[in-house]
Amino acid sequence: MNVVVCVKQIPDPADPGALDPDTKTLKRDVKLILDESDSYGVEMALQLVDAAGEGEVILVSMAPNNERSGLSTALAMGAASATLISDETLSGSDALTTAKILAAAIAEREPKLVITGSESSDGYTGTVPDQIAAVLDLPSVTMAKSISVDGDQVKVERQTDAGHDDVECPMPCVVSVTAGVVEPRYPSFKGIMAAKSKPVDEKTVADLGFDADSVGWAAAGQEIVEIADAPQREAGEVIEDDGEAYNRIVAFLDELKVI
Amino acid sequence: MTLSTIWVHAEAMDGTVSSTTLELLTKARDLADTVACFYAGDDADDIAEQLGEYGCETVYQTGDLEGALVGVPVAAAIAEMVDAGDGPDAILLGTSYDARDVAARLSVKLDRTVITNVVDVEVDDDTLIGTEPIFGGTTEVKTRFTGDGPYLMLVRPKSFPAEPSGGPAADVEDLDVPELGASGGARVIERHVEESEGPKLDEAAVVVAGGRGLGEEEKFAMVEDLAKLLKGAAGASRAIVDAGWVPYALQVGQTGKVVKPDVYIAAGISGATQHLVGMKGSKHIIAINKDPEAPIFGIADLGIVGDVHKVMPKLIEALQGR
Ligand SMILES: Cc1cc2nc3c(=O)[nH]c(=O)nc-3n(C[C@H](O)[C@H](O)[C@H](O)COP(=O)(O)OP(=O)(O)OC[C@H]3O[C@@H](n4cnc5c(N)ncnc54)[C@H](O)[C@@H]3O)c2cc1C
Repeated sequence: MNVVVCVKQIPDPADPGALDPDTKTLKRDVKLILDESDSYGVEMALQLVDAAGEGEVILVSMAPNNERSGLSTALAMGAASATLISDETLSGSDALTTAKILAAAIAEREPKLVITGSESSDGYTGTVPDQIAAVLDLPSVTMAKSISVDGDQVKVERQTDAGHDDVECPMPCVVSVTAGVVEPRYPSFKGIMAAKSKPVDEKTVADLGFDADSVGWAAAGQEIVEIADAPQREAGEVIEDDGEAYNRIVAFLDELKVI
Repeated sequence: MTLSTIWVHAEAMDGTVSSTTLELLTKARDLADTVACFYAGDDADDIAEQLGEYGCETVYQTGDLEGALVGVPVAAAIAEMVDAGDGPDAILLGTSYDARDVAARLSVKLDRTVITNVVDVEVDDDTLIGTEPIFGGTTEVKTRFTGDGPYLMLVRPKSFPAEPSGGPAADVEDLDVPELGASGGARVIERHVEESEGPKLDEAAVVVAGGRGLGEEEKFAMVEDLAKLLKGAAGASRAIVDAGWVPYALQVGQTGKVVKPDVYIAAGISGATQHLVGMKGSKHIIAINKDPEAPIFGIADLGIVGDVHKVMPKLIEALQGR
C-alpha cells in the first residue's frame, strides 16, 4: 500500500521571519524546516505501511529554490522517495493553486492513501487537504486523531468540537491529521545517511502541465492591500506575590462583579 | 456601498444556532442587501426563527445527509445553484472543522480562492476586503478579492458581536444535492460526545486556563475547581494539550478556540503569540506566572508574579468561603 504524505517546509516558527513589503510574500531567505504539523502524518504513514507489510511512503512537497532540508528530515524518518515541486512562478500562490499543484504531483504516484497535516504552522488556511481531495475527486476525512486500514477502507477517529466521530471512508482517499496525536520518531543516524541517496524527483510547473500564468500571484484571486502591526493591549498592574496576592485577585473579581 | 446577496453557512447543535453563525449574520446585514443561509441537515424548520431574528431571509437545507461528512454534499449543492446563476456575491463561513471542508470543496468546484482566518470584513466597491492576523497575531494583513465572485471567506469565531434585527422566521427551501459518486464516500459510523459540565469554553463569561507551569497533570484540577467556583469554563495552552493532560477541545489559541470572556485567568501560561491570539480579546485578563518577564504580563490587567501552587489554592479557598 503506497501512501503519499504532503509535507511543507517552512521557516522555523520560533523565528518566522517577515513579509517582504515589495513582493508581499514570506521572506524565504531563512533556512526551512519540516513543518512539525506534518511530522505526525509522516509517522502515521510509516506505521500504516508497516502494518500493511508492503508498499512505501512517498513525500510530496512544494517549496521555493528546490529546498530539501525538511524533506531530508522526513526521508530520514523512513519515507522512501519524494516529489519536489519548485518553480519561481509559484511565488504568491494561494491555497487553491497549491492544492492543484500538489494534486497533480500526487496523481502521478497513484497512492491508495494521501495524508496531510490539518493546517500548516505558517499559513494555517486549513483548506489545502480538502482542496486536494476535491481536485482529485476523492473522498476525504479531515482532523484525524487516528487512522487504521481495514480492507479497502480507512477507519478514522475524527476530532469534533464535542469529542470525536468514528468515520469510515473508502480508499483511495485523503486524510488530514491533527497535531500531537502520535509521537513522531527521531531520525536515526542510519536513517539520516540513507536519506542522502533516496530519490527526489524535481518537477517544475510545466512538468505538471500548468501554464505559468495559471499559478502564483496572477492566479491567486486575491491581493494584499495593507500590512500593519496588530493592535496591542496595554499591560496593567503587576504585583509580586507576598503570600497575600490572592486577595488582590479576589478584590479585582469583586470589582468586576463576577463574585 | 453594499453587495446584493451574501450567504452564511448556518451551523446548529440540538436546535440551537451557533453563536458564530449569528455573528456572521449580524455582519452580513451590514455588507449586503439580502442575507440567506445554507444548512447541512433536514431540520432547518427548527432554526428558521432564530436565523430570521438575525436577518436571514431564506435558509436552504440539504436534507438528511445520512452520516456523510458535510463538505462534499454541501459544496456540490451550492455549486449547482451558482452554476445555474442563482448564487450570491459572497459566502461567509465561520471557521469550524466542517466549515473548512465546505469552503475547500466549494473553492475547487467554483474555482475561487478562499480568504481564511478573517477577523474583519469590509465592502470595497463590488468586492470584499478581509483582515487576517498572521505570524501568530502580531501582524494584520488586509486582503482583497480580485476577479469574480462568489467570494469565499472563512471568518474566525468572535470576530463580531451578534445583534438581532428582529426579522421574521426565515423561509426554508430545499437544496438539490447531486449524485456525488466516490467523493462522497466518507460516513460517520458513531459519534462520541465528551460530556463537560458548566458553560461552553467559547461562550463562558469566565475562563480559567492552565499551562505547563502547573507542573503536572493532576494540578489541572485547580484550574477546574476555580472555573467551577466562578461558574466559568476551563481552558488550556497547547503545551498541556500536546502533553495529553487535557483534551484538544480545551485548547485556546491560534489552532484552538478563540475566547472573549469578561474575565480570563491564565495560570502558568507564558503567553506565546499563538496563545494570545485566542484570548487577547477578553475584557479583563488576570495572569499568574512565576516569571516576571513572561509575555502574558504584557497584556494582563492584573499580573501576579508568583507560584501557581501557592496562589491558586489560597484563591480557591478564599472563594469557597464566600
Ligand atoms: C503553529 C503553532 C500554533 C500554535 N497554536 C497554539 C494554540 O492554539 N494555543 C496555545 O496555547 N499555543 C499554541 N502554540 C504553542 C505556543 O507557541 C506555546 O508553545 C504554548 O502556548 C506554550 O504553552 P504554555 O504557556 O503552557 O507553556 P510554556 O511556554 O512552557 O510556559 C509555561 C509558563 O509557566 C510558568 N511557570 C512555570 N512554573 C510555574 C509555577 N510554579 N507557577 C507559576 N508559573 C509557572 C513559566 O514561567 C512559563 O511562563 C502554537 C505554536 C505554533 C508553532
